Amino acid sequence: MSGISFYVVFFAAIFTNNILLTNYLGMCSFLAVSKEVKTASGLGMAVIFVMAITSVLNWLAYYYILLPLNLTYLRFIVFIIIIAAFVQLLEMIIERVSERLYASLGIFLPLITVNCAILGASLFLVIRKYTFVSSFFYGLGSGIGWALAILAMAGIREKMKKSRVPKGLAGAGMALIIAGIMALAFMGFSGMLNIT
Amino acid sequence: METFKVKRVFFEDLGLNNPVFAQILGICSTLAVTNVLKNTVVMCVGLIFTTALSNLTVSMMREYIPARIRMMVETLIIAAYVIIVDIMLKAYLPDVSRQLGPYIGLIITNCIIMGRAEAFALSNPPFLSFLDGIASGFGYSYVLIIIAVVRELMGSGSIWGIRVLGDWWTNWSIMVMAPGAFFVLAIFIWVVKGMRTEEEKGEKK
Repeated sequence: MSGISFYVVFFAAIFTNNILLTNYLGMCSFLAVSKEVKTASGLGMAVIFVMAITSVLNWLAYYYILLPLNLTYLRFIVFIIIIAAFVQLLEMIIERVSERLYASLGIFLPLITVNCAILGASLFLVIRKYTFVSSFFYGLGSGIGWALAILAMAGIREKMKKSRVPKGLAGAGMALIIAGIMALAFMGFSGMLNIT
Repeated sequence: METFKVKRVFFEDLGLNNPVFAQILGICSTLAVTNVLKNTVVMCVGLIFTTALSNLTVSMMREYIPARIRMMVETLIIAAYVIIVDIMLKAYLPDVSRQLGPYIGLIITNCIIMGRAEAFALSNPPFLSFLDGIASGFGYSYVLIIIAVVRELMGSGSIWGIRVLGDWWTNWSIMVMAPGAFFVLAIFIWVVKGMRTEEEKGEKK
């Protein structure tokens, strides 16, 4: 399992094992924030960045702290604290360094702490026993995959505003149907690579 | 008055305020675990356990939790219960635990639990919060179970691993894969919303 090279992991995380469309992670914010391309791209960028860094941090915490101390059952708590602390730190840094970046990215950061995709990526990389480098690329790839999906979704939903949807299906229902069709489309990649 | 309130708390979470199709919360795991009924039921039991007890704990501690860090405290309480669920599953149902993989851990970030703790347990006494936790858990579970039955039946022709449809049934493999989950949930929401608008129309007349 750990013998897979990192670029395979990277591309598989974007396309064949897209964290949103095949593992259904991060659905809540995916449905809530995908109404406009602009906000969706902001959240997407934030997810890419946070996911790549927290994957690495959680990998370090798991293999250098939890495993030697035989405390692996505490991993949920440790991961969530690391993610929350990192997001908080990032928010403070961005606020100091760049007003503009904070205005565009800042509001999304608190949302990310409860985004299951971030925690999910960390849990997957422990279960699949990735190496350090693979973990980084897995986090980065998953983030890009997630951002790709939410951008596509927001684009489609902006167009959908003009079309007439059955009343009961408007809103979340329609979003789910679109997500289903997107998942079908992404299944087209599935022959290319496989990491599970 | 008191019994009335208890009843209202319980039934609102099951129907009108149902977390999955009225508030569209917590659907990550809704979709991920529903390809096999058995896993779904295990997941639901874990979820009800976590929601009920974390609601109870948050409610008991609500006067001592500083408002600024309440999210963190709530998350830690939830995480502690999820760890219990995880350890129990590993000990008694190792197969299911392996199949569910990370999704047990992801109960922590399930918005339902956090949402209930935030919206209900922080402002209500322990007993009511406990009931509210159980009710939202059930409201979530029955939707999950319906979806799981549909998906397993159509995807593998079986329910709870027992084949119920004969050989004439061709498995819709799409149902056990990702897109199937999206479609089934969408149709489910459609049906429920449609029924509700019909009811509203009837009331107006």
